[in-house]
Amino acid sequence: MSNENFDPKIVGFFCNWCSYRAADLAGSARIKYPLNVRIIRVMCSGRVDPTFVLKALADGADGVMIAGCHPGECHYINQNYKAMRRYEMLKHTLTAMGVEPERVRLVWASAAEGRQLAEAIDKLVSDVRRLGPLHWPRNWDENGERQKALDDIVKEHEEAMEVPA
Amino acid sequence: MSDKPKGKLALYWAASCGGCDIAVLAIDEKILNVAEAFDIVFWPCAADGKVRDVEKMDDGSIDVCLFNGGIRTSEQEYMAQLLRRKSKVLVAFGSCASEGCIPGLANMNTRKEVFDTVYKEGSATVPENPQDVRPQPATKMPEGILHLPVFYDTLRTLDQTVEVDYYLPGCPPEAENIWKAITAIRGKGVRNLLCEAPEGPSRQKVPDTFSAVIGLNTTVCEECPRKRGEKKIKKFYRTWEIIPDEETCLLEQGLLCCGIATRAGCGALCPAVNSPCIGCYGANDGVADFGARMMSALASVIDSDDPDEIRRIIEEGIPDPVGSFYRFSLAASQLRRKKKMQIA
Ligand code: SF4
Ligand code: FES
Repeated sequence: MSNENFDPKIVGFFCNWCSYRAADLAGSARIKYPLNVRIIRVMCSGRVDPTFVLKALADGADGVMIAGCHPGECHYINQNYKAMRRYEMLKHTLTAMGVEPERVRLVWASAAEGRQLAEAIDKLVSDVRRLGPLHWPRNWDENGERQKALDDIVKEHEEAMEVPA
Repeated sequence: MSDKPKGKLALYWAASCGGCDIAVLAIDEKILNVAEAFDIVFWPCAADGKVRDVEKMDDGSIDVCLFNGGIRTSEQEYMAQLLRRKSKVLVAFGSCASEGCIPGLANMNTRKEVFDTVYKEGSATVPENPQDVRPQPATKMPEGILHLPVFYDTLRTLDQTVEVDYYLPGCPPEAENIWKAITAIRGKGVRNLLCEAPEGPSRQKVPDTFSAVIGLNTTVCEECPRKRGEKKIKKFYRTWEIIPDEETCLLEQGLLCCGIATRAGCGALCPAVNSPCIGCYGANDGVADFGARMMSALASVIDSDDPDEIRRIIEEGIPDPVGSFYRFSLAASQLRRKKKMQIA
């Protein structure tokens, strides 16, 4: 499959104290990273509920990056460990749902690690590009069969209604 | 109440096990009071009636329709649309209509896979099928074309199909709660129950501030008398692996108890008999995705900071994450189903 022209949509949940600043730093240091990530700032990686990630995927994201402070350096004591456990739980469930686990990634990046963060983004984007689009909502559109099936029932019933009971 | 004119009540079932209809009868002799307050205009499970009769009714002429079951076929979708049109108040009755329930777990498969299991691999209903005959939506016969409903790949909840006014949780709803819901509808009048605002038109969407769920806004844990301490888990167990202590919170003992995410209303029946809550009352208010709430709650109780150990605890202890976290709510979850391999 050639996915070169595919521009993945990635949602990033970045911790205010570290990775969000790292992204800032990357910007001001003119380190290039792909524009595919839509960054949402959160106060801590521990704030990222699995619901957010599922919602991003269900609404059309092709991948998600959660970024927080290095273990031991969370500003809220140990919430990034919680983020790590949630992430493992989520990956286990997503795999069962048929979502390639490579699409969702947890990375640690301190405020000084602009370059490392840019590289991690680069890697995620190229991995997701290789996997192709997720276009999740198409999973439940019944390949366009529904409307015709319903129209058929209505037609059939209308014809039946014309026969005197 | 008896001086009120009789209301019109309809009951319908779609993709469900039939237990919800039986649950209605479990209100025992009070069913006679229901018959006193309502004319039952349509109830295929218990009374004779034709779809054609419903089609002939005026729009909005049914006061309340209790609809159980998810939407799995085109016929069920048609009936949902028809009954929505004909009813002032449409109640998603029970877990299947509200959140997909067990039939919704088939969203882990596609129609083809479901049909392969039933018609090819052999099943109780179709033990042998050497010619691999499959249901066809249209079959030409000398007399004309015969139709079967189209079986969808994905089961939908009632509110993913039509607008729903109320939800009555439970698999099935407890008789007591059914009775409460029916008396609320009868006592307050349909319009007041639908919308506490004085002149809400009958089909107006229920305002966000007003819970559309006829039930409690708290979790099963609140109804559960077990002792809760600090939860720290090194290993998850499946129910058959241990005999849990009768007094301590089951989650603390490593069982996947869903009480934390589940709406109260059952009286914590399962934990009372030493069995973990499986979540049949659905997500409590504020829980956007039942499974996500379970994932995050369980992640907080795992007693490890080491990624490899965490992974091992999860993989060994929770071999079926979707069945454990979304047993009743897969169809209503954010993702709704397993990824389809082929999307046209
Ligand atoms: S988790 Fe289960 S056992 Fe523990 S308090 Fe809640 S309902 Fe009771
Ligand atoms: S403050 Fe950055 S991960 Fe908690």
